[in-house]
Amino acid sequence: MQFSEQWLRSWVNPSLSSDELSNLLTMAGLEVEETTAAAPAFTGVVIGEVKECVKHENADRLRVTKVDVGTGELVQIVCGAPNVAVGVRVPCALPGAVLPGDFKIKPTKMRGVESGGMLCSGKELGVPEDVDGLMLLPADAPVGQNIRDYLGLDDQLFTLKITPNRADCLSIKGIAREVAALTGAALQPQAITAIAPQIDDVVAVAIQAGQACGRYIGRVIRNVNAAAPTPDWMKRRLERSGLRSISAIVDVTNYVLLEQGQPMHAFDLAKLDGGITVRMAKAGEQLLCLNEKTVTLSDEHLVIADDAKVLAIAGIMGGEESGVTTASTDIMLESAFFAPAAIAGKARAWGFGSDSSFRFERGVDFQLQTEAMERATELVLSICGGEAGPLNEKVAELPARGGVKLRTARVARLLGISLTAEQIATILSRLGLSFDTLEDGFLVHAPSFRYDIEIEEDLIEEVARVHGYDAIPYAAPAARLRMLALPEERRPREDIRHFLAGRDYQEVVSYAFVEEAWERDFAGNADPVRLINPIASQMSVMRSSLIGGLVNVLQGNLNRKQPRVRVFEVARVFGKNAAGKADESTQPEKVAGLAWGPRVAEQWGQKAERVDFFDVKADVEALLLPARASFAKAVHPAFHPGRCAEISLDGKVIGVMGELHPRWTQEYGLPTAPVLFELDLAAVAARSAIKAEPVSKLQPVRRDLALVVDEEVTVAAMLDTFRQHASALVKEVALFDVYRGKGVEEGKKSLAFRVVLQDDARTLTDEDVEPAIQKLLDAVAASHAAQLRL
Amino acid sequence: MTNVDAILQAGLAAIEAAADLIELEQVKARYLGKSGELTELLKQLGKLPPEERKAAGATINVAKQAFEAAHNARRDLINAQKLEAQLAAESLDVTLPGRGLSTGGLHPVALTLERIATLFRSMGFQVADGPEIETDFHNFQALNIPENHPARAMADTFYVEGGDVLRTHTSPIQVRYMLNNEPPIKIVAPGRVYRVDSDATHSPMFHQMEGLWVEEGVSFADLKAVVTDFLRRFFERDDLQVRFRPSFFPFTEPSAEIDVLGERGWLEVGGCGMVHPNVLRNVNIDPEKYSGFAFGIGLDRFAMLRYGVNDLRLFFENDLNFLKQFN
Repeated sequence: MQFSEQWLRSWVNPSLSSDELSNLLTMAGLEVEETTAAAPAFTGVVIGEVKECVKHENADRLRVTKVDVGTGELVQIVCGAPNVAVGVRVPCALPGAVLPGDFKIKPTKMRGVESGGMLCSGKELGVPEDVDGLMLLPADAPVGQNIRDYLGLDDQLFTLKITPNRADCLSIKGIAREVAALTGAALQPQAITAIAPQIDDVVAVAIQAGQACGRYIGRVIRNVNAAAPTPDWMKRRLERSGLRSISAIVDVTNYVLLEQGQPMHAFDLAKLDGGITVRMAKAGEQLLCLNEKTVTLSDEHLVIADDAKVLAIAGIMGGEESGVTTASTDIMLESAFFAPAAIAGKARAWGFGSDSSFRFERGVDFQLQTEAMERATELVLSICGGEAGPLNEKVAELPARGGVKLRTARVARLLGISLTAEQIATILSRLGLSFDTLEDGFLVHAPSFRYDIEIEEDLIEEVARVHGYDAIPYAAPAARLRMLALPEERRPREDIRHFLAGRDYQEVVSYAFVEEAWERDFAGNADPVRLINPIASQMSVMRSSLIGGLVNVLQGNLNRKQPRVRVFEVARVFGKNAAGKADESTQPEKVAGLAWGPRVAEQWGQKAERVDFFDVKADVEALLLPARASFAKAVHPAFHPGRCAEISLDGKVIGVMGELHPRWTQEYGLPTAPVLFELDLAAVAARSAIKAEPVSKLQPVRRDLALVVDEEVTVAAMLDTFRQHASALVKEVALFDVYRGKGVEEGKKSLAFRVVLQDDARTLTDEDVEPAIQKLLDAVAASHAAQLRL
Repeated sequence: MTNVDAILQAGLAAIEAAADLIELEQVKARYLGKSGELTELLKQLGKLPPEERKAAGATINVAKQAFEAAHNARRDLINAQKLEAQLAAESLDVTLPGRGLSTGGLHPVALTLERIATLFRSMGFQVADGPEIETDFHNFQALNIPENHPARAMADTFYVEGGDVLRTHTSPIQVRYMLNNEPPIKIVAPGRVYRVDSDATHSPMFHQMEGLWVEEGVSFADLKAVVTDFLRRFFERDDLQVRFRPSFFPFTEPSAEIDVLGERGWLEVGGCGMVHPNVLRNVNIDPEKYSGFAFGIGLDRFAMLRYGVNDLRLFFENDLNFLKQFN
């Protein structure tokens, strides 16, 4: 809501500077977003009348003028404007004047002719207009008057951000009412007089949708001059409120909307067939609106119709066909109350709104219609002439205003300050809220212009607001102390993040909505959760995997010439349940990482080797410690089929890792394949309870076994067999070397295992160790044809 | 016996001349070995008349001791020189960079969240969480935002097929938490939120954090105290000016915007208010018995203010050169 400070001050004029007024409004909840001067600073410009105007003898384009500036002496001024002529009244900058841009006016000679000032255009004064040349003022502009006073240029334009609950402040009247309540300054409302009808004409009105339309007033005015110019003062106030002047009658309806807060509409009487009916639209009815958009209506839209057609969408926008034009001679003005629920959301669904719908959907004062109609009539008659008919008012269901109870004790409890009943009563009175006094508080009756006083808390807010939020003291709250739970079996997200950062991964944040192709390529997901209104087509589906985002981060950083990229993300992914919807259970959090480039950053004394599957596997294993994950070869759409593993904990799959599939490496323009992992965050965060065991103080015995097996035999399979056949003495079996080449047949490999044996009670001898080792050798020989390498 | 002195002098000279330990030991053997020159002299003592024997023996022993002392000194010196040479040879350019894996780091918004969560934990607030695809009920209706409420226009909502929404704020987390827990409730709920908006100051996905305290007797004064305390601790400025400005949110009453005084005037950093009784009723909490406050802040904005970042989009571009500044 934008308005002119001068206009507001004509209604209420507290002794506050512009800044103080701005601060007052902001701290009362009517946030002043911006204040701008109506015109830049300048001095020394008065209204002058051109008395003589002759051609400059040395210049074709210049005129030499004699100007009356009210001093009794004519001033000679040389002027080059195309529209200078005898008789025009224009702004005249006299010697000593300083125009915007620090442009100083001095007596001068132009092509040999004395010039004692400058006739000004709007642009030169910082108030540009559409005219080419001098700013032409009305013939009655008082010669000699300071132009700033005449045009009211010492004005500030306030832009308020009115919250949806304060529709009552969407007008000069409403803001003035609020300022008066906050400051105690006297309210000087615009006097409104009832216009006595000069003609009897009425258009019949029927309200068929009484819940949606609580009141409808129509008034016929005949013989208007709709082409009459809008007076400058009205134009100025409209413009300073951000509205363009359109035509006198439309300007009047807009003016009343701004001044009173009542949206109005003017119909061309000649375009109406029969009477007005306020009804719900029939499905399929169409209307070409004033904004040149055609809308198709349904039975949830309230319309103004005549006997033949829809004329306007009630409270939202008039129709192009029935609206008043400068050619209209007879009109019908409409001033109505439409219920917020009937208007809310409708215009938004079509992608447009209006000053009218904005107010109706928030709530217009339901007792305002008559006053607004009288005010509009008065303005139309004074500007366009004509004869007004009587008010034709129909009333249906108006909002009920029950009393709202306000308990003095509740105010103290909710705000944390104690206000006396007297203090509260004073605040209510200032706000214009009438009340009955009760034993423990008040029964408050909200006025017809307030839609935000329905419950006790609404009143408590009003009390707090007028008392001042600043005046509520804050001491440290007193509360019962309770320690927070600190479950050791769940690792906080922070720990997981810090762990990965400690292993040289950089955290990234990527969008949850992704390209559909990523879902297909990296997650094999043909049915992702789709957005109905994505911001762009490449952000149209919700991701079910973080892999695409990480690959994208890699691409971006490769474009920025990063030699090495190691990144991770912790975020939710999205899937569908059996019913095809995303619910709480289908939005798990994942942690995923990507490594690309040299294993370690380029440095001295280290060979540059590319990070590989096993480097990242070590990171994953470390991340999951103390749990021991198992890795099984797997197939996954994102990964190289020979370099991909499914990661399990206690038999449950918790994630996947692998080298990006060469197909995607090529398609996504990567020079070499990155290695990625993705794990369920819940599984990573879970930690088994720690239970300490006694440690043997006896010497362990180590035996190394080099075993030749076929290439197909996996280390995991060997370890499984060892585990199944390990005697109680065997504490650890671990792989420490893989060898292929001289001494090992083609198609085979040598796996070297370390076996550590130990007993809790005594030192082991060869007699203890050998049978245990032999058992292991026999087992792998039987299961995997493993031969000791000699 | 005059040649004792001569032998000693020759021996001492040989010790001095020994270049390394091996040579030195050879010198020692030449003089003190089984048939060393000084050993030989001692052997010959028996041939001397008894009255000379004692004096001669003493002379030889003195010479022997002098030889041994010189030998030990020379040995220590050679050892010391050897060590010195070894140390010199082994010395490093300690200014060479350290080797191996470097470290990564956290995203600035995560860093910010961590600090904030830590501050609130110190006051007994727990961290809560919830889904990002939300039902209309949790994102709007339970928060006192019925369909067609003008407040829905305040947040342009992403819809997913089937009618659910991408949460437009973190407030649905408080709804879920209150539905599942009894007062007293003290939580902070951080997370990603979504709005149909994208320009220099808006990202379609960004981060918010909601705080909620519901208990008997919680008041607006408590709200002011907790939020002010938090802001001063977060920005590490005890004199930070904080102001609460009346505003409107459907889910709080009274409501306020939170402003802090920056170098260029007041800066809005969040919204807050007393939990609306309708919201409490929607989650089966009796507003006559319990009251509470809620506040919401933009984590990205806090990260920007704290670390001097002037373009929100940098947080989502994932340029490693930008991110590494926070490590």
